[in-house]
Parts: sequence; structure tokens; C-alpha cells
Amino acid sequence: MKRYSAFAVAREALRYHTGWERAWRSPEPKRHYDVVIVGAGGHGLATAYYLGKNYGITNVAIVEKGWLGGGNTGRNTTIIRSNYLQDPSAAIYEKARSLYETMSQDLNYNVMFSPRGVIMLAQTEHEIRGYKRTAHANALQGVQTEWISPERVKEIVPIINLHGPRYPVLGGLWQERGGTARHDAVAWAYARACSDMGMDIIQKCEVTGVRTEGGRVAGVDTTKGAIDCDKIGMIVAGNASVLSEMAGFRLPMESVALQAMVSEPIKPCMDVVVMANTVHGYMSQSDKGEMVIGGGTDGFNNYTQRGSFHHIEETVRALCETFPMVSRLKMLRQWGGIVDVTGDRSPLISKTPVGNCFVNCGWGTGGFKSIPGSGWAMAELMATGHSPLTEEFSMNRFKEGKFIDESVAAGVAH
Amino acid sequence: MSTRLANQGRLIDRSKQIEFTFNGKRMKGYAGDTLASALLSNDQMMMGRSFKYHRPRGVVASGSEEPNALMQLGVGDRYEPNQRATTTELFSGLTAQSQNHWPSLEFDVLSINNKLSRFLTAGFYYKMFIHPRPLWKHVYEPIIRRSAGLGAAPDKELKDADTYEHFYFFCDVLVIGGGVAGLQAAKAAAATGAKVMLMEQNNHWGGRAPVDGGTIDGDTPETWIEKTLEELRGMENVTLRDRCMGSGVYDHGYALGYERLTDHVPGQGGPRHRLWRIRASQIVTATGAIERPLSFAGNDVPGVMLAGSMRDYLVNWGVNPGQKVVVATNNDDAYRTALALHEAGVEVVRVVDARETGGGALMEAVREKGIRVELGRAIAKVKDGPRVTKVAICAQNGEGGAREEVEADAVAMSGGWSPVVHLWSHCGGKLTWDEAQAHFRPDPARPPLGADGEGFVVTAGSASGPLGLGAVLEDAAAAGSKAAEAAGFPAKSVAASQGASEDEAQMEAVWLMPAKADIKLRMKTWLDYQNDVKVSDVQLAAREGYESVEHTKRYTTLGMATDQGKLSNINGLAILADSLGSEIPQVGTTTFRPPFHPISLGVIGGEARGDIFQPVRKTPIYDWNDSNGADWEPVGQWRRPFAYTRSGESRHDAVNREVKNTRENLGLLDASTLGKLIVKGPDAGKFLDMMYTNMMSTLKIGKCRYGLMCTENGFLMDDGVVARIDEDTWLCHTTTGGAERIHGWMEEWLQTEWWDWKVYVANVTEQYAQVAVVGPKARKVLEKLNTKAGGGMDVSKEALPFMEWRDGKIGGFDARAYRISFSGELSYEIAVAASDGQAFWDALMEAGKEFNVMPYGTETLHILRAEKGFIMIGDETDGTVIPQDLGLNWALSKKKEDYLGKRAQQRSHMADPERWQLVGLETVDGSVLPDGAYAVGEGVNANGQRNMIGRVTSTYHSATLDRGIAMGLVKHGPKRMGEVLEFPGTDGKIYQAKIVDPVFYDKEGEKQNV
Repeated sequence: MKRYSAFAVAREALRYHTGWERAWRSPEPKRHYDVVIVGAGGHGLATAYYLGKNYGITNVAIVEKGWLGGGNTGRNTTIIRSNYLQDPSAAIYEKARSLYETMSQDLNYNVMFSPRGVIMLAQTEHEIRGYKRTAHANALQGVQTEWISPERVKEIVPIINLHGPRYPVLGGLWQERGGTARHDAVAWAYARACSDMGMDIIQKCEVTGVRTEGGRVAGVDTTKGAIDCDKIGMIVAGNASVLSEMAGFRLPMESVALQAMVSEPIKPCMDVVVMANTVHGYMSQSDKGEMVIGGGTDGFNNYTQRGSFHHIEETVRALCETFPMVSRLKMLRQWGGIVDVTGDRSPLISKTPVGNCFVNCGWGTGGFKSIPGSGWAMAELMATGHSPLTEEFSMNRFKEGKFIDESVAAGVAH
Repeated sequence: MSTRLANQGRLIDRSKQIEFTFNGKRMKGYAGDTLASALLSNDQMMMGRSFKYHRPRGVVASGSEEPNALMQLGVGDRYEPNQRATTTELFSGLTAQSQNHWPSLEFDVLSINNKLSRFLTAGFYYKMFIHPRPLWKHVYEPIIRRSAGLGAAPDKELKDADTYEHFYFFCDVLVIGGGVAGLQAAKAAAATGAKVMLMEQNNHWGGRAPVDGGTIDGDTPETWIEKTLEELRGMENVTLRDRCMGSGVYDHGYALGYERLTDHVPGQGGPRHRLWRIRASQIVTATGAIERPLSFAGNDVPGVMLAGSMRDYLVNWGVNPGQKVVVATNNDDAYRTALALHEAGVEVVRVVDARETGGGALMEAVREKGIRVELGRAIAKVKDGPRVTKVAICAQNGEGGAREEVEADAVAMSGGWSPVVHLWSHCGGKLTWDEAQAHFRPDPARPPLGADGEGFVVTAGSASGPLGLGAVLEDAAAAGSKAAEAAGFPAKSVAASQGASEDEAQMEAVWLMPAKADIKLRMKTWLDYQNDVKVSDVQLAAREGYESVEHTKRYTTLGMATDQGKLSNINGLAILADSLGSEIPQVGTTTFRPPFHPISLGVIGGEARGDIFQPVRKTPIYDWNDSNGADWEPVGQWRRPFAYTRSGESRHDAVNREVKNTRENLGLLDASTLGKLIVKGPDAGKFLDMMYTNMMSTLKIGKCRYGLMCTENGFLMDDGVVARIDEDTWLCHTTTGGAERIHGWMEEWLQTEWWDWKVYVANVTEQYAQVAVVGPKARKVLEKLNTKAGGGMDVSKEALPFMEWRDGKIGGFDARAYRISFSGELSYEIAVAASDGQAFWDALMEAGKEFNVMPYGTETLHILRAEKGFIMIGDETDGTVIPQDLGLNWALSKKKEDYLGKRAQQRSHMADPERWQLVGLETVDGSVLPDGAYAVGEGVNANGQRNMIGRVTSTYHSATLDRGIAMGLVKHGPKRMGEVLEFPGTDGKIYQAKIVDPVFYDKEGEKQNV
């Protein structure tokens, strides 16, 4: 793999960029792989990458029914934070956040991780208490967060309106090393690294069946033919329950549409990510200048990647109230993705009733920020059969009643 | 130079001159002008700078597809960035500034990027700025950020001076687009009697037809348009809206209209924008077509315009975009522009037609005017300075070796027309590739589907594909009838109007000019003007494996600019397909998403802002509270007094005073926000036995019982006192925040699971004012009131014992008194009709004077209950706590076969002895424990996190005990009484607290039961 650098760009510029090689190969599937990862989104690619990097397992295929990074990896609002309340969540999200810190260097691809800081606003007494509790927990979990005053919030976010007549800003939970990254680039960077390790990323290849023998996986049937394998990782977010059904088991999970939108680009006016959970709105500004705005999930299940407009209204209303100047900006584009939501809104990273078949899904509205941590932990689970990071996220927790509920501290988990 | 023509301009009123300023320069235009046409008439061709390379840019289009001429419009609290000059109606006093340059439009420092463009190709930033790591955050990113963005952000303290509103509308047929196709479709649909709405984004009807010419029913298009409008206006079943854009089509026939009410008369009253939220049985999209640019080097130079748009400026606004124009085309339509230019007295230097065989009748007409037409030719390059100065012409089939260079100051280009398929596609309508017209058009066999599995969108006119006037009208009439019929209105045979326009020769797809342009030309050939995406960028993306059209889009930013690819997408797809050796239909399009054209966030928010952002719910005693020192706290949509502060008193002082006074004398709490649900019916008892963990069916009439509600997962969700009113009626109190949620919860079970149970639930929260009369003097004040009124309810211990209720008169008011206590004191919660609330409160305050009555707020409520060890939903519970954790096993009925949560509570983790359990906590030094602090145990867990063994759930300064008290959940807590735990604070201190009984005050409960 030719390394990317300013020097390489200059060298290529002189020959009109004709010398760049493919970022990833586009191979036909082989007959057999040690591991088949279904789903070339961020989580799938990251899992494959860490299987190779940490465990030397490189005879891996990542099969994808569409284009890599085309699901929620390419549809989210790119927020990265780890200020979660419960231990298992804080552990895996902080692992992810710390891997984001060095991702550009590790993968030799600028994913533009921008630790610009994340504020979660407290707008009720109840929220203040919730965030103070989170700050206490985070301190013990090794997650750097801080409760800050309204004045400090205003310093960090000059466009904020502290004195909304309905929900004044009473303070906030501040994670200075939270931020954003370029979502597509995360998928592309992992894809390039996986391909470089000799793994096969097979796009436009839909899995149509999962073959098992004696209660263990034997392979998958795809639109590009049958592929044998020793282990399967199902990492397909909103379609996880469709896939699990092919393998003969059900997941405690529902698929719903989540929406987001961007404004037209404007010159920089907000350098951090702000989340206002009481009024249901959150916003950041991309490096391109667009205000990136997240909406809510629909109350019904579907697979359309479209959502109900009233959620957009609710979100925009909240933002006009929180940042009055946005009222005179324009919405450029709205879109939707299908998120996979479990009973406690925390993910499943788990063995399954089928031997050597592993599942990683249920990230719901918070998947992007966890990509590297999720991949790291899933790879460990698949390679060794055990990972402390995934221990609590097993499917069994619903049987045991051992939920990991984050709604405690934040009504909207993103 | 561009100038105003002497006598054209069908949309301008030359008797009304309008002054405006652009970049501080005073300019003049006419009523009816757009900002773009007015600027052109003042010879202002250059209107902006591109996003990445800061190249000088002129206006290229005349409508909402414009990518270049974006303005910062207005000042102060009416400022708006990124407004298209082409869709901005000119008004007196308009102030516009071009954007994305420094220090000026003419001289822009960042145009250095243009010089470096060879280095700054698609995706260069993914390959650079990687090392050293800290520089990205502190150096590279800030520079990139500062140079990105288009218009300046509004002022940070800006409060929008305008208002916005939402309208609802229902119709049988919604027709979007008021060109001749939309008019014809609306007419056909309306003839059936269907309720029709027709909307047009511009302030003028008829679309392109008046500019393009031809005849309809033997008349000019303008005559027909007027006549048809007249007819439609006369029909009661038709609603017409202009300045109203169809913004999006959503599932189930939902559509949005974006009406710009006062953008053209700002500050003159009324809302600025209106959002029409429309539910239509059928939607007809008559959205026309958009012209494609041609891809040649320098196709972005100011003065290069779409041929159709140049014609618009000539005919609609009487503006001549240049003195010497080259027309470049691959189809016949651009010849109309050549003719229009000629008619306006502009020199048409050449018509460069890429087709070897040339065009038809229109070409002949042009030749007849003596205009030189070159066939099989292409533009090799446009030279700038900064606007068009020269045009090099070469063979289309070559590599761009220039054969001839001509002087010109403008270029009209036409690469063919693409139907506007956005609204068709928003909700899943599929497209098909039309080889002849080289465009994607809607596939009528695969429309967006409604709930019934049938299509609910029909396209009309050139939005369907056809471009000739005759075919457009025929298609539109059929679409209107089809839509009405699908909406349930039998078709009436209304003959389509007969349109006639010149026959056109076959166009020829030309994706690159010249076809074999070398790399140097391709690096100067723009696809996406605003985002500076060139042919070479798309080719680079394909070479690097970004083969999916979505990858190419995201890697190069093609089609991601504010025009969302309206001009660039098809040209880009064609280049991508060519690079991959694939076909365009195989490459496919990116997804079309709403809105069609950006709409203001203000209008999406609508009316609900400021004080009416959300309704404020007020108790009947709200005003009294407000004028008596209430320190308001939002609780859901309610406001409740946190405390009643007196002048000179801190919040903390006020709370201490209220606590003490209530314990010693008499306190009044406005408890009206408490949820009150009536549950009634023959099965109400059975139903409540399922909803609550306790047995409610056996409750005696006249008695109260404290009940718990759990989710199906067993977690405690709400609590409250339930009173049995009569044989089949119960009144359930919920928490303040829980009333609506619990009402919904009950309804969900009744409607989805137990739909055959005979139970009604009514939320009567706001029908009552409820006052908690609390303290040792509580009975005395009620007796005094009754004495004054000459009798009333017997409130004695014997007549109204603890945990019972009575109806009767108190102080002359019809009242229901509950002997319940959330404070541990002698306490009556008294409900009166909401309309009596204030008078009753006044009477209590008056009669209470001698007992030193004081109102108290929510903080005192919390402290009083914490002193007694009573749990609070939301404090001791957080959605993960089960009643067993809180020592509430006594409230879990063992007699009942089932209740919600029972089965879940039998799961292994629920019975785990390791679960944290409720205890009281007392700091060793008497201070107050920090809210939300955790108790730490030894060591770390498998993930390196400190082991935690408990946490604080409520913590207060107890005025009664004059020390900090807290409640918490602790591992093995009740078995560890007396142990001291360590709670690290976020302030760096370690707080030590002893585990104690959670009941701090009056452990025997003597005070409440007197």
C-alpha cells in the first residue's frame, strides 16, 4: 500500500494524480474464508481490521449488500463521546474514543477526528442531577468529563441562548475530548487497511442464507455464490434481525427510522457539539460549514430509511429556541437511517445460539462513536471467545434482567 | 458587458424603479426583477466565489438550481446568508453582499487555492494533515474550517425579527408546479370535482412556456395561461398558491409546501414564511426540467450561462448578458437562445453544435439570420479575465487542439434537459434512463406507493420526460385526470389543450467537450460549480476505487453543494460511468432527499418559539405563587415553585424556613400538578390489579392505598395514592411528571392487550386544584374554616382517619379531603374544583395566619419526604430500580396471580443479593453529600474502572436535624448499618458517610397519624 502524505500528494500532483492506486481492491469471493463478516459498515470493517491487526486473522471476507459504509456509518451526525453513565457503556465508548484519537495515524488516512468538545445541556433540575451523577461515575471510569456552569457554557458556545423562557440552560456536562470525525472516511480508512492486509471486501453481495452444520456455522449463501467459513460475524445494524432469522434465531431488537439533517454551509460559528436532551435537539458544525442536526426516532418499526417530518419539526423548534440565530438558516437536506434498538437501548455484542456465529448490533442511535471500540471488542470475542468489553453486552442479559440502561442520564441517547 | 435592453422584459415594470445596494454600491432595477436580473442589468456579472478554489463566479442559471450567485441578504435581525440572487425578488432598499471572499469579491486572498488546485484535488485532505497528530486540531482543521462555509453566520445574539407559521391542508389532488403542465393538470383534475391545490414556486405562472414560445390552442402561451388561471380561480374546488414551492413528498400522501409570504416585502407585517402541511390523496408533480451544463474547460467562467437561462434574462427581464455571445449545444433548444439574442440585437458570434449532423428547423432559422453555425465542434476552452474574453473552438471528436479562437463576452451552453424528478423520488419513485434524451425520467410503472400499495404520485409535462409543448400538455391533462380518478373522482373527458412548438432534431449526449479532452483541460472542466468538482476529480475517484456513485459523491463532494446536484449530477454520473467502463443506468443516481430547495429553519419550527415554544401548564394558584416569591422550577411542562423566597433571603434560607415551619406549624403546598386519573368500569378493579403491584380491587370505598407501578421489565415507574371512590370507580394519583405517561400507559394496555375489559380512564389532573395542608396545626386550620363557614366536613381523627378520604364542605367549598402524608406530618390533601382553587387557597392563607401558615415549594417537599425515608420517583428510581431494591416488598402483592412486572422480577438478576439496596447515609462531619456521588470499593474491574459499591440517590441539608442527610443504594446496604463508605467528589474531596436507617425523623410515624 502506498502511504498517504503531503509528499505523496505533491508527487502525484506533478503527474496529474495518475499514480494513485485503489484504496481497496474489488475482488470476487473465494470459496472459503476463516471468517466472514457480514456488513461492511464501520463496525464490520473495524472488526475485520482488529481481527487482522490484533490476532493475525487475515483470511477474512467482508460481504456487503450495498456499498461499504452506506448504512448508518454514512448517515449519522458524526458525534464521538464517551460520557456514558453505566460501567460497561463507559468502558466500550471510551475505548472507542481513545482509538479515534490515533485513528488517522494508525490507518494512514485522515479521518479528521476533531476533539472539539461535547456539551450536554442541563435544562431541568432533574437533568442537572443526572449529569452530576454521570460526572461522578465518569471520574471513576476514567472518562474525563466535567460539570460546567451556564456562564462557561456561553463562553464555549457563544450562539447559545441561556435564557429560553421555557427551558433556561442551567449548566452542562462537558467532555473536552469528545468531538466529531468524518464518518465516510472512517469506513474508507478501515476498508483500505483491511484490503491491504489481504482481506476481501465484497460489495453488492447480499447474504441470502446462513448455512449451519450440527449447530455450528458452515457458511453463507450470497448473491455472488456460496462462501464457506469457520466463523461468522453479523454486523448489519438495522437488518440484524433479518439476518439472524436466516441463522435460525431471533434477536431482542427492533428497527426504526432515525433522521438527521444539515443546513446550508455558513462560516464557522460553533466549535463544539451541543446536545439538548430536554428539548430534543443536538447540533454541531461540520468542517464544510453545515450545521449538522440530529432528530428523533420514529415510534414505529420500518426499513424505509425515511422518517416522519414531525420529528424534524420538533428538533428544529428546539434548536431555534436554543440557538435563535439558526432560525434564519435553511435546511439543505434531510435523511434517515434504520437503527437497531434493543430493549434497554444498549448494544448486543454476543455469542449466539448458533456455534461460531457472533452478533454485533443494537447500537441504536449511538453507533458511530463506538466503531473502533466495538470492532476491537468484537474481534477479541470472535478470536478468543471472550472479551471483558463485551461481557455485559451479551444476549443473555435480557433473560437475566441485567439491563444496561443509559436513559437514566440522558433521555435521548446519541 | 451586460445591460438592460430597451424594450424587452415581460415581467418587469419599467415605471417602477427600485434602488438597492450590492457590496455597498447603489444600483437600480425595476419592479419584477430578481436580484440576479437587476445585477446583470447593472453589468454585475460576477456575483460570488466558489467554495474551494474561490474562483470568480457569475450567475449561471435563472432559478432555484443556481449554484453560484448566493448572497448575504439583509442586515441585523433580518440577515440571511446563502440566498440565491435568482430566486430573490427585488425590493426597495434590498442590501446584498456577495460571499466567501476576503477582502473583496474582486480581490480574494484565498483565490491562492485556485493556483494550488493541482494539489487540492478531490479528497486531498484524506491523504494529508495526518502527522504530527496535534496539528490537526490546532492548526490544520482551524485553517480548513475558516476557509470553508459560504455566507457569514448570523450574529451570535441574533433573534429572528420575523415570524413563521404552519398551515394544514387536505386535498384530493395536489399539483406541484404552475407551468403550463401544472395548469393543464390542475384543470383536468378540477373538472372531475376533486379538491385541487396548485402551487408554484415563482411569483409568476406559466413556467418556461412564455419564454420558449409556440402556441396553445392557437394562441400565445401567455394568453392561454391567463385564461386558464382565470378559469381555475373561478372554481371553488381549486386553491392556487404562488411563491409556494413543493418542498417534499413523504409517505402516505404527505407533502410540504413552502410559501414565501413576505420575502419580497420584508418588515411589512405578517409571517415571513408559511409551511403548508398537506395530506393529499394524489400528488401530481409538474416540476418541469432543468438544463444541463456542458463540460468544457472554463465552463465556470463568469459569463458562461445555461442557454435557457440566458433566454429567460432576455425575455423575462429584458437583460442582455453580453455583447458577443457564443452558443454551445448538443440539442435544438439552444437555438432558441440564439434567436432570442439575435432579436435583442446581440451579436451571436458562433453556434457551436457538437452534433455532426446539426439540428432541424430551429438551426435553419438561425442560419437564416446569418448566424454562423459550426457542426461537430466543441468549445476547447473559455478564457477569462475574469469574465469571458475569448472562446477557443475545436472539433468535438478531438483532444482540444484549438482550431479557432473568437472574441466573446458570454457563452450560452446547453447539454440537454433533465426532468425534475426530486419530488417523484423523495418517497421511493423509481427512475428509468431515457437513451434518446440522455436523462433519467420517472418510471410510471414504479411510482411511490401508498398504504394501499398503489401509486400516489403522477408526473406531468416535462417532469415526465417529453419536452415539446404538444406532448407536455397531453401528458399533463392525462396526469390530472389519472390523479383525480385514483383519488376517487371518475374522469370527465376534458380535451387537452393543443400545444404546438417547432419540431426538434434528435439531441446527442455530450458528456465531455471535446470528447477526448486531455488532462489539463479536464482539470479545468467543472461539474459541480459551487464545490469545485471537476471532471478530473470524478475520474480520480473512480481510479481510486470509489466506484459506487455514493462513494464518488462523498469522496469528491459532487452534488453536495447547496443546489444538491441539480446542475451537476447527471454530468458527473456520465463521467463516472465512462471512467468505470460502465453504463449510466448501471451507475445509478444518488438518493433524492427533501427539501427540493432549501427551506428556512424558521418555518420548520413554525409559531412555537419563545414563550409558546411549549405550553406552560399553570395551576389555579399560579398567579398567586408568582406574586408571592415563587422561585420557579420547570417540571415537565408545569412550573412549580422550588421555594418561596422572601426579600433578602437566599434560596437555601427560604427552604430551611419552610421545612421548619411545616414541621412546627403549618405549611401549604400547591399540589395541583399531581396526576389524577379516574379509572372506572366493571373491570376497573381487575385492571388496577394488573397495573399496580399491590391489590387495588379489595380496597374499601372511602379508603386510600399507596401503590407502585412497574414496567413489564419489572422496574419501578411510578407511585401514588389510589382512592376508591365507589363500587366501580378508583382515583389514581400519579407523580407530576407521570400523569400523561401513565395515562398513555394505561390506555396502551387497554387498547392493545385487554381491549375487551370494560374500563375507562380519564385524566382529570387539571379539573382539580389540590392543596396539601401540612403540619401540627393542619386540623386546626380546617376546623377554623368550617367554623367560620358555619359547619362542614368532620376532619377529626375518628371521622377521617389516616389513609381515608371524604367528600364534603370545607370552609364552604365543595371538597374532597384525603388523609395522606408525604411529609410525615399530620396532613390533608384537599381537592377542590379548579375554579375554586385560588379562593380556597386564599381562605387557607387567611385562616392560617394565626397558625403562622407559610406556603412551601418542591425542595421542602423533597426534604420532608427524605427526612421520613420516603422514596421519590426519579430520585431513588431511575428506570433500573425494582421495588425490592427499595425495601418495598410489602407493596408487592403475593396473593395476585399476576401484575405488570411480576414475571420480569423473577429473573435471576432481579433476585441477585448483590443488587444495591436502599439505605440512609449520614456524612461523618454533618456536611451534605454531593448529588450523584458513588461509593467506591476496593480495586478496579476487568475494564480498569474503579469498583463502585453504591451511590447517592437523594441528598439534602435537613433543617429539622440541622445536618446533611442522604438516601442511597448500596451493595448489601441494609446488612452494613454503621459502616462508613467513601464517596469521591468531582471536587477532589473524599466524602465519608455512614450507613444508617433511611428514616431519619419520627421513625414510629407518630406525627402523621394523630
